[in-house]
Amino acid sequence: MQSQSPAQGHAPGINPHGADHHARSYLVGLGYAIVLTLASFWAASTPLVYGPAVPVLLGVLAIAQMGVHLAFFLHISSAPDQTNNFLALIFGLFVTGLVVFGSLAIMSHLNHAMVSMDQLMKMQR
Amino acid sequence: MSATGESLELGSAVPLSQQGPAPTRVVAGFGFWLFLLSDIILFAVLFAGYAVLSGATAEGPTGAELFDKRHVFLETACLLASSATCGFGTLAVLRTDSRAMFFWMFTTFVLGALFLSMEAKEFASMVAAGAGPSHSAFLSAFFALVGTHGLHVSLGLVWLVIMLLQVATLGFQPMVARRFFCFGLFWHALDIVWIGVFTIVYLGAH
Repeated sequence: MQSQSPAQGHAPGINPHGADHHARSYLVGLGYAIVLTLASFWAASTPLVYGPAVPVLLGVLAIAQMGVHLAFFLHISSAPDQTNNFLALIFGLFVTGLVVFGSLAIMSHLNHAMVSMDQLMKMQR
Repeated sequence: MSATGESLELGSAVPLSQQGPAPTRVVAGFGFWLFLLSDIILFAVLFAGYAVLSGATAEGPTGAELFDKRHVFLETACLLASSATCGFGTLAVLRTDSRAMFFWMFTTFVLGALFLSMEAKEFASMVAAGAGPSHSAFLSAFFALVGTHGLHVSLGLVWLVIMLLQVATLGFQPMVARRFFCFGLFWHALDIVWIGVFTIVYLGAH
C-alpha cells in the first residue's frame, strides 16, 4: 500500500486514518440512510401529509440521503485536502442542475406556447 | 477531521508546487471520481427526459397503475444493504484481510444479483402486460432510465467478479487495491442514482 502525503489531497472513498473510524462512518451512514429511506416510503403512502406537499418532502428526503451517501460512503467533504474532489462535485451538480431544470423549463414553456389540436384542425379547414 | 491540522502543517513546510506529483492512488481515485461525475450527468439527462415525458402515457397505463411500492422497497433495501457490505469489504481490502474481504464482497454480489433479478422480473411482467418500452413516451423514458441503471449494476457485478479473481490470483497488490477502491466508489455512486430513481420514478408516480 502506498503512503501518501496528506497535503496532496486524498482520493474520494479512502480515509487513510485508521479502519475503525471508517467502519463507524459506514454504520452511521447506513443508519441515516435507513431512516431517510423509510421516511420517503412513509411520506409517499401516508394520508397524514398534505397532498401537494408530498413531492417537496420527497425531494428534501432524497437530497438529504444523497448527502448522507456522499459524506459517509464516498467520504467527500469540503476539507482543505479535498479541494479537487469537492470542486469537481460542485461542477457536476451545476451541470446536472442546468440539464434537469433547463429541460423542464424549456419543455413546459413549449407546451404552454403550443397551439392546441382543436385550433390546428380549424386552421387546416 | 484529524488530518486537516497535519496537512496544513506539512503544506506550510513544503509548498504545494514543490511536492512533486501526487501518489498514483490519489490520481487514480480522482480520475475515477471525475468519470463518476460524468456518469451522473448521463443519468441527469435521462432523468430530465423522464421528467418531461412522464405525463405522455398515450392513453396507456400510468406510473401509479404500474408500480408496486412494496417491490420497490425490497429492491431499495437490497441495494442499500449491498452498499454497506461493499464499504465493509473495502475496509477489509485496506486491512488486506482476504477472508473478510471475500465474505463482504460475496454478500455484495448476492445482494446486487437479487436486486437485478427483482428488476428483471418487474420489466418482464410489464412487457407481458403490454406496457413495454414501445407503448408510450412515458414507458420509453422509464425503460431508458431504469434500464441504464440496471445495466450499470450488471456491469458492476461483472467487475466485482473480475476483482475477486484478481485478489485470488494476484493478492493485494497496490494495483489491485486501487481497482477495488474504484469499484467501491462505482457501487456507492450507483446507490446514489437509485435514490433519485425510487424518489422520482416510483414514489413520485401519479
